[in-house]
Amino acid sequence: MWEYTDKVKDHFFNPHNVGEIENPDGVGEVGSLACGDALKLTFKLDKDGRIADAKFKTFGCASAIATSSVLTEIIKGMTLEEAAKVTNKDIADYLGGLPEQKMHCSVMGKEALEAAIENYHTGGKKKHELKGKVVCTCFGVTEDEIERVIRENDLTTVEQVTNYCKAGGGCGGCRGEIEKIIKNIQGDKAGQVTETQPRWAGKLTNIQKIQMIQQTINEQIRPALREHGGDIELIDVEGDKVIVAFRGMCAQCKLTEFTMKDVVETKLREFVSDKLFVEEDKDSTQQPHNHRG
Amino acid sequence: MKTIYFDNNATTKVADEVLEEIKPYFCKLYGNPSSMHNFGGQVGIKIREAREKIAVLLGCDPSEIIFTGCGTESDNAAIKGTLAAYPDKHKVITTRVEHPAVLSVCRDLENHGYTVVEIPVDRKGRLNIDQLAESLTEDTAIVTVMYANNETGTIFPIEKIAEMVTGKGIVFHTDAVQAVGKIPLNLSKSAIDLLSISGHKLHAPKGVGILYVRKGTRLAPFMLGGHQESGRRAGTENVPGIIGLGRACELAMQNFSEENKKVRQLRDKLEKSILEKCPDCMVNGDPENRLPNTSNISFEFIEGEAILLMLDKFGICASSGSACTSGSLEPSHVLRAMGVPFTAAHGSIRFSLSRYNTEKEVDYTIEKIPEIVNKLRKLSPFVPKQT
Repeated sequence: MWEYTDKVKDHFFNPHNVGEIENPDGVGEVGSLACGDALKLTFKLDKDGRIADAKFKTFGCASAIATSSVLTEIIKGMTLEEAAKVTNKDIADYLGGLPEQKMHCSVMGKEALEAAIENYHTGGKKKHELKGKVVCTCFGVTEDEIERVIRENDLTTVEQVTNYCKAGGGCGGCRGEIEKIIKNIQGDKAGQVTETQPRWAGKLTNIQKIQMIQQTINEQIRPALREHGGDIELIDVEGDKVIVAFRGMCAQCKLTEFTMKDVVETKLREFVSDKLFVEEDKDSTQQPHNHRG
Repeated sequence: MKTIYFDNNATTKVADEVLEEIKPYFCKLYGNPSSMHNFGGQVGIKIREAREKIAVLLGCDPSEIIFTGCGTESDNAAIKGTLAAYPDKHKVITTRVEHPAVLSVCRDLENHGYTVVEIPVDRKGRLNIDQLAESLTEDTAIVTVMYANNETGTIFPIEKIAEMVTGKGIVFHTDAVQAVGKIPLNLSKSAIDLLSISGHKLHAPKGVGILYVRKGTRLAPFMLGGHQESGRRAGTENVPGIIGLGRACELAMQNFSEENKKVRQLRDKLEKSILEKCPDCMVNGDPENRLPNTSNISFEFIEGEAILLMLDKFGICASSGSACTSGSLEPSHVLRAMGVPFTAAHGSIRFSLSRYNTEKEVDYTIEKIPEIVNKLRKLSPFVPKQT
């Protein structure tokens, strides 16, 4: 059971401005049936260039419907310059807050608004399209979008990013990349949150270390790779150098560099020892079971 | 506002008769059944009687019943206990649509050197039996297949599978949490080795489960400690829970066919009326082999959580396989395994009935559903325009 504010419930049960404006000045469509939520926003300007009317149609949960409803309320009477400044945080605040896992609904509202304004500026020709490199292939989220939710909401963990824009919420294969984006933007602030001290600070025997590395790979790393149709194998441990090989889909994936450096190394440092570094055994990757016809 | 409870696959009301039966065991007859004195010993006798009542419903010997803390514990104990008893075998076979109490255990085993095969299902949720048969190798320690699916109510041909599996000398376990009390069982004539039950799904209190262990089945104990349950599951017994479960099984036995007939009629009426009144709806699951109480319906173009909240406003309790209700971002693993399109999975609603539901409740729900669906479809950008 989600804990929604009364305002969310009110806008869900009695949504304002439902529908589509005929001959609108701007149309913004974001999301899809497959993703689980989608929003179509239309607006009409008055002679002074202010938003005279705005309407929405939404497929999604209660918070998706409520955020769409308040979005139309917020932007009415605004100029497009003013509307462009509305952030997802403004939308969530207007509702008295949203559950963390539902913040992506407010981001969807912001994106629909942006798409509609863009549509207006291009004379109704341009439809919303993805900008920048796609980071999360499960939900089609780009680097630009991830960077923005981090900046606008001061996010410091991958989990938060998933809550705000869904990126990383499917197979989990892009979590390493998201972590890198967070670090680039937040710098040390990100480090404080994501990096924890290894539980075993004392000196490990070699066998203890290898066992812990294997355990960490099994429990922390392999499940995410499996979702992607890939796998990882521990080849050898030489001092603090951990040699691994990627199997299946992961071996051919162009993201391997990312996955390895960021997921494997971060996890091993978190759970075993912060001195560890990872190297990929490329020779062993060329094993027969990697050949997929 | 009156609550209309159509979420009986999640949990059920404790039967009034059950509550009456267990009341004395909190403040008056609180003795430990293992004690030597009569004060505790008399409780031990009640536990024995409960075990006997349950054995009647299952068609087994009372000694084959182990009480546990919940259905999940029974599943864990069955799988891990079997693997511990067969340390040389490293393969586990299950299905893609199991309850997490089985699926999570199996997926975790993969991290400990076991090979796990997950048998797929077809669009109606029917198991690919041929693939299951092909997967049975010498290295297989256990096959675990649910009796009936909690989300769609689809019933698997468990007796047939059990014979096939045990015929090869492999242990067979079934999670029968949704089936017991709804499907007649006679375990003395069945090839099933291990079977899990949860008390609160059949009008007993929460916090008590059963693992049926066929005589002669090798199973390492899961909880070590005292000698309770013949040393197979240590820990002081949940006395009220066990006595309540005994009474609940007795009630299930008494009204079995009549109740299932009534529940089926109500379910069918609910389902048929919804399909008639709402366009673009479909039933998920195998209509030929389905629990009498469960109906899983997908409403196209709208989202499950929104439907649930609207139902909730009218006091109607149901559940959904949509992503939003789970807190994850992807819809139900069962519907995905069946190949139900994401669009339909996001808009799926499960109604699960019990003997306490009435025709009036069904009629009220039938009246409200089209209202809710129309309201949400008016909001949806995906509803095709009327021509």
